[in-house]
Amino acid sequence: MNVGERDIGARLAFDRGSPGRRAVSVPRWEGEAAPLPPAGLRRERLRLPELSQGEVVRYYTALSRLNYGIDSGTYPLGSCTMKYNPKVDDLMAALPGLADAHPLEAEERVQGILRVGHELQEALCSLTGFAASSLAPAAGAQGELAGVLMVKRALDDRGELGRRRRVLVPDSAHGTNPATAAMAGFTVTQIPTASDGSMDGEALERELDESVAAAMVTMPNTLGLWERGIDEVAARVHAVGAYLYADGANLNAILGRARFGDLGFDVAHVNLHKSFSTPHGGGGPGAGPVLCGAELAPYLPAPVVVSDEGGLRLGRPERSIGRLQQFHGSYGVLVRAYAYLRSMGLDGLRAVSEHAVLNANYLRALLVDAYDLPYDRGRVLHEVVLAGTRQRREHGVRTYDIAKRLIDHGFHPPTVYFPLIVEEALMIEPTETEPREAVEAFAGAMLAIAAEAASDPDLGRSAPCGAPIGRLSAAPAARRPDLRWLPPGE
Amino acid sequence: MLARLGLSSTAELFSEIPERYRDPAIEIPPALAERELVELMRARAAENAADRAHPSFLGAGAYRRSVPSIAGSVVQRGEFATAYTPYQPEISQGTLQAAFEFQSVVCELTGMEVSNTGLYDAGSATAEAVLMAARITRRRSVAVLEPLHPGTLDVLRTYAYAADLDIEVLGAPPDPADPGPAIRGALDERHACLVVQQPDFLGGIVDLELLSRAAHESGALVVAACDPLALGLLRAPGDAGVDVVTGEGRDLAGPVGFGGPSLGLFAARRDHMRQLPGRIVGRTRELHGPRRADGEEEEPRTGYVLTLQAREQFIRRERATSNFSTGQQLIALAFTVALETLGPRGLGESAELCYQRAHRAAARIDELEGYAARGRGSWWFQEFLVRGPLPPAELLRRLKERGITGGLDVSGRPEPEAREAILVCVTEATPAGDVDALIEALASVAAEAGASP
Repeated sequence: MNVGERDIGARLAFDRGSPGRRAVSVPRWEGEAAPLPPAGLRRERLRLPELSQGEVVRYYTALSRLNYGIDSGTYPLGSCTMKYNPKVDDLMAALPGLADAHPLEAEERVQGILRVGHELQEALCSLTGFAASSLAPAAGAQGELAGVLMVKRALDDRGELGRRRRVLVPDSAHGTNPATAAMAGFTVTQIPTASDGSMDGEALERELDESVAAAMVTMPNTLGLWERGIDEVAARVHAVGAYLYADGANLNAILGRARFGDLGFDVAHVNLHKSFSTPHGGGGPGAGPVLCGAELAPYLPAPVVVSDEGGLRLGRPERSIGRLQQFHGSYGVLVRAYAYLRSMGLDGLRAVSEHAVLNANYLRALLVDAYDLPYDRGRVLHEVVLAGTRQRREHGVRTYDIAKRLIDHGFHPPTVYFPLIVEEALMIEPTETEPREAVEAFAGAMLAIAAEAASDPDLGRSAPCGAPIGRLSAAPAARRPDLRWLPPGE
Repeated sequence: MLARLGLSSTAELFSEIPERYRDPAIEIPPALAERELVELMRARAAENAADRAHPSFLGAGAYRRSVPSIAGSVVQRGEFATAYTPYQPEISQGTLQAAFEFQSVVCELTGMEVSNTGLYDAGSATAEAVLMAARITRRRSVAVLEPLHPGTLDVLRTYAYAADLDIEVLGAPPDPADPGPAIRGALDERHACLVVQQPDFLGGIVDLELLSRAAHESGALVVAACDPLALGLLRAPGDAGVDVVTGEGRDLAGPVGFGGPSLGLFAARRDHMRQLPGRIVGRTRELHGPRRADGEEEEPRTGYVLTLQAREQFIRRERATSNFSTGQQLIALAFTVALETLGPRGLGESAELCYQRAHRAAARIDELEGYAARGRGSWWFQEFLVRGPLPPAELLRRLKERGITGGLDVSGRPEPEAREAILVCVTEATPAGDVDALIEALASVAAEAGASP
């Protein structure tokens, strides 16, 4: 990759251009001028870049070429479901009738976008086996917060919040689960993972009592495995009066195959930027709808789209936990997810999980001899978690190095060092949109890297050498953080 | 592939799902081909009567703005749009450097020292600011000054319930340019922070310096939720003593989009850097410069990484500052490109144009028989209160009959100037013809109502 500038990072837009240069003109106010607020209320100076429009476009085009996206190549980032994002969905979200709708517009004038929301709510309920949903959460983590707060308020209404202060979270969970429970005022008890990769049932039994508010379980879990006996877990959690929460980050694995509600979960969130293929945007925007059974439905975050004789409207559930954003949710993302859902249909969604799981298993089969596989059931769902422990032990090559070497082979690395229970973890999720040849090419690179680790271990330790930039020094960035542009001398 | 796996059918891939739960009945309509999908979505869009062809004077936290078109085209680049959180900095410098630009733009605009890479929206960003203030001060009460966006107040209540904080709502000062008296006496050593909106929900411009001075007397931090376009004209809140600035970036990044996806701005003092929620990008260098053909090592180059990650959920888990993970990176990119395209003069001129157009429209409405149009307080920005010959709901209904969304009925609010009023918004992007149409419609409604002043 050649961006034509040796050290593009050294010069921000702020360091380019020239005083007085303009990229766009603003209409002049020709009318009678009202007096402006006094100087004490007015801005003294504003420092922003001064560039021509061509310079802005070239600068950001150059930056884009330093990036790797799904459009660039295989991106098997485990638990993130980096599948191809259909371009038509972006165009649909940009239709002026949808994109320019004001959130406070009278409901009868926004029936079209409310219909999108309503049908999406219904489809997500049907797919997950729940009675009700809210599209309000802006992302998965906010969906989790919504779900845990629904539990909190329900316990409050039962008069049990005072004594139910604990949330159980498996040690394989995403960090957002314990962080969310803490944000909602609960303490977190970690449940270990058994040798088969499911939650340790005995440990769960020991921890379950009337001090427990909820258990949060990722389904399938972050090892890419089905949580065995989940319906029994649900029964035990319910027996002590607690709720069972499903983290639906990995829904892609079981789309159309199994439903959280049927398995005994009370509440769940799903990530539309994952399973419903809306662009990840370099870290958002996403959407994290929350779904639940009839018992928790009165607590859903506002708003929900309600259908009654007057048409569609935005409603507030009776005991709602309240709003999560000023307005109604990430509708631009919801429209894309709806378009995806309609273009797939049920058969298409079932084909998604089938191919996603097939690809992950194929990849597992191609790599299982070259890498360790700590929780081995002979089969996986949507992702496989390998370990670079053999490479580290025998050749001093770490998973970190393997990831950087994959960059030189032209691939985005998988998720590394997660889940935390797997040493030197390589969490690989190929997704259904990678064709067989791409899965094989990725496996070929992984096998070549395993061979290199033995023959030329230094190659890994100095990688990447073909990326836009080499390994960066992270420690000084955290000790003496340089977090913003300042003019020379300031 | 199946043969390699020793399977005879793909159904076996799911054999671990107990049979009684496998392949349930699901109601999803059959698949549509691309052409059918486009027809369906066009029909949905046509069911709305809410695009820019329909005059609307709604604001209240979502504003139709003049966004430079290149903001929209840059974010369409697949390298930006289809990447994810930059966990691998060597192949994510585009996202990372752009995020550093964003942090820099937000710091300059707000007059603050540090910014994160953005949160969900103004409401949740303000709630995160309140949680941060509670962590820093170890106090459990939160004061909010009316008029505050009701959506923001609702979100604050949601997050306060999560964190077991108390919310106290302080009545609006009669003049936002003199907020001190409303605050003094209301705050004490129990208060973690005072939350205020600039301009306030009814459009009034707040003197943040007087407000900060009054709030700081009790040791409370000041959290100001600011409209970023207004900051093109108004004093940087950081210069006025504000401790945390939040805001809504969506409308300077693209269309209002039924209110989302949004972009929460969040900037603070450097002292509080390690308490910030969300992701932060730092500037650093390569460990080693690239090697030339002759084997010599060149100077290390500048690069960007996610930093201060010890605050974050994927490392700290239940001790993290927030559960924040996926955010609004692409909207933040559009916001950055838009502001850097406008530049310092363009932003200032847009803000002033917005101010002048709104003031002119208010003056014209005020001249109409039967109407009074007033901004709140001594100074106001883009929203003003209109009282007419009919009750607000009826006035809005008659305007709607004439194809116009006249504004927001705020008659239920406690502030005296909101009584019997609608909140009307005119921005730099409101077409002049729409204002003419509103004036004409208001006049015809008044004639119809047979009203006199």
